[in-house]
Amino acid sequence: MSRITTTFAKQKPLLNIFITAGYPQVNSLPELANQLFTKGIAILEVGMPYSDPLADGPVIQQTSALALKNGITMAQIFDQIKLIRKTEQQAPIFLMGYLNQLLQFGPESFLKACTDAEVDGLIIPDLPYEVYLSSYKPLFERYGMAISFLITPGTSEERIKALDAACNSFLYIVSDNSLTGAGKGQFSHSQLAYFKRINDMNLKNPTMIGFGISSKNMLIEAGKYANGAIIGTAYLESIKREENEAFISELTS
Amino acid sequence: MIQPTEDGFYGEFGGAFVPEMLHANVEELRNNYKRILDSREFKEELGDLLKNYVGRPTPLYKASNLSAYFGANIYLKREDLNHTGAHKINNALGQILLARMMGKTHIIAETGAGQHGVAAATASALMGMPCKVFMGEIDIERQAPNVARMKMLGSEVIAATSGSKTLKDATNEAIRYWIGHPDTYYLIGSVVGPHPYPDLVARLQAVISKEIEEQLTHEVGVERPDYVVACVGGGSNAAGAFYHFIEDEQVKLVAVEAAGKGVESGESAATYQLGSLGIIHGNQTLVMQTGEGQIIEPYSISAGLDYPGIGPMLAHLLSTGRCEALSATDEEALQAALLLTQQEGIIPALESAHAIAALERLPLKPTDIVVVNLSGRGDKDLATYMKHFDL
Repeated sequence: MSRITTTFAKQKPLLNIFITAGYPQVNSLPELANQLFTKGIAILEVGMPYSDPLADGPVIQQTSALALKNGITMAQIFDQIKLIRKTEQQAPIFLMGYLNQLLQFGPESFLKACTDAEVDGLIIPDLPYEVYLSSYKPLFERYGMAISFLITPGTSEERIKALDAACNSFLYIVSDNSLTGAGKGQFSHSQLAYFKRINDMNLKNPTMIGFGISSKNMLIEAGKYANGAIIGTAYLESIKREENEAFISELTS
Repeated sequence: MIQPTEDGFYGEFGGAFVPEMLHANVEELRNNYKRILDSREFKEELGDLLKNYVGRPTPLYKASNLSAYFGANIYLKREDLNHTGAHKINNALGQILLARMMGKTHIIAETGAGQHGVAAATASALMGMPCKVFMGEIDIERQAPNVARMKMLGSEVIAATSGSKTLKDATNEAIRYWIGHPDTYYLIGSVVGPHPYPDLVARLQAVISKEIEEQLTHEVGVERPDYVVACVGGGSNAAGAFYHFIEDEQVKLVAVEAAGKGVESGESAATYQLGSLGIIHGNQTLVMQTGEGQIIEPYSISAGLDYPGIGPMLAHLLSTGRCEALSATDEEALQAALLLTQQEGIIPALESAHAIAALERLPLKPTDIVVVNLSGRGDKDLATYMKHFDL
C-alpha cells in the first residue's frame, strides 16, 4: 500500500499541515517537519515559494516572499525533503506550488526530483485537470507521482465527478469562495451544507477540507464531512508568534 | 481574422491556467462573449457610445513636420483624442456592456498608468455600477491625477502593496478579489489574462485598425500602410492597431517595448527580448522570469508599459516573425515626447512616446506610409515631463 492509501485508511479527522519552505529561515523545514510528525500530523504539505501566488492570501504571500528573500531554491527544497525522509517518516508529503515553477524546472526533471526526494503527490492550483489529462498524466504516472485537485463551492456536480475521476490522492475541498487564510473561526451553515453535499456524492477519492481553518474545533467539524482538514495560514502565524509547538499540540491532542 | 483555438491558444501562447476558484467565472465568460459581441443589440449600443460618447472615429492625422523630420509619410492615429485620453475606453465600454448583458452588477479592474482605471471608472459611472480599481502603490504615487479622476468618478482605488507594487501586482490583487467575489465582473484592461480575455479585448480594440484601414482608403487614397507602429506593455493598443492588418503580409507590424534604462541594464520591461515561455495571470506567454520561474519585477519610466508579460496573440505574432519587436529606453521616449510636442504641438503619453522613439530605427523610404498609434495623451505624465525637462 502506498503512503497515501495507508494514511487515508486511518481514523478521521486527519490533519494536514501546510508549511512554506524556507520560512522562517531558509533551513527551517526539516526541523519543523520532524516536530509536526512527532506530534502526529497525518500529511505534510510543503509550499514552494512563488513570486506571484494567485490563490494565496496575505500570510502565505508574505511567508513566500520572505522565503524567496531568504534565498530558498527548488534544489534546497528537494534536499530538505530528503533529510526529512532520512528520519524514516512514512507520512505522505505533498508539494504545493504553481505551474510555472514546474514548467521552468522542466516537467520531467521536476517529477524525477520529486520521486528522488520521496514526495508523494503534487497540488498545483493553476494546472486545470483538463490540461493535466491532456499533457501531464503519462509523465506523472511514469514517476509514480499522485495529483490532488481543488473543488470549490462553485464547482458543478458534473465537474466534481470529472475531477474525482482524474484525481488519485485526495480532493482538496476549498471551504469557501476565498483565498487561503480567509477564515472566520467557524464554518457557516452554507459551508456545512456544501461539505455535506460533497460528502453525499460518495466520491472515490478521500477528501480534505482547506482554506480558513484555524482550530481544533474546525478540524473535528471537518472530520464529520471529510477525511480531515488542511491548516496553513494559522500554522504559519503560530510560527511567527513562536507558538507553533503549542498550536500543533492542541490540534493533535 | 486572427482567432485563438477553442482553448484560447495562438500557437503555443494563451490558454486559461486558472485555479478552480475561477473556473466557473472564466467559463461563463467564454460561453457568452462571442454571442453577445456579435449581437445586434450590443453592436448598436457600443457603436452609438463610441461615436457620441468617445468621439470616434479618431482622426488619422498626417503629421507633416514629423514626416519631414523622419523622411516618410507619418500618420498618427489619434487615440489620444478619445474621451478619457487613451484607447482604453474602447475596451472598457465594450466590456461593461458585456457585463451588463451577462447580468453582472459590480465591476473590478486593474490599472498601471491609471488610463484603464479611469476608463473603467468612467464606464462604471455611466452605467451606474460600483467599481473597484486595483492599482500598485508605486503607480498611485506617480499617477496622482488619474487616481483623483477615478475617485471623482466614484470608483474605489485599492492599493496593491504586494511584490513590485505596480501593474503585475495590481492584476494579482484584482484576480484575488475576483476569487473571493465570484459575482463581480473583472474588466481587464489589456490583451492578457486567461482565455477568453485576450481575444475579447483584441476584438474590442480592433476598431482602431478598422478605422485606419477605412481612413487610408477613403482619406489618403492608399490601399494599405507600409508600417503600423505601436508601443507594447500588455499589448492592447498594439493588438487593436494591428488586428485588421495581420493577414496582409505587405503591412509591416512593429511593436515597441519599454527598454527602461536599457535592455541589458537589469531595469527593463522588454519582455520579448528578455522573456521566456512561462505562465502569468492565467495564460502561457513570454514572461520575464528567473530560471526557477519566479517572475521578475520589470521597470520602465512608463507605468503603462512595465509589465513582465505580453499578450499571447502578440507573443505569437512576434515569435513567428509576423511582427517585429523594437524597444526604446526611458531617455529615448522622453526625447521623442519632446520632439512630437515641439514638431506637431501634441503632448503624448509616455507610453505612446516609445512608439515615436522607434521611428528612427526603421529603414524608412520617402514613399513609405507609416501609421503610429498614438495611444494616449500626456496630461497624466506632466509631472514626469516637468521633472525631466526642468519646466
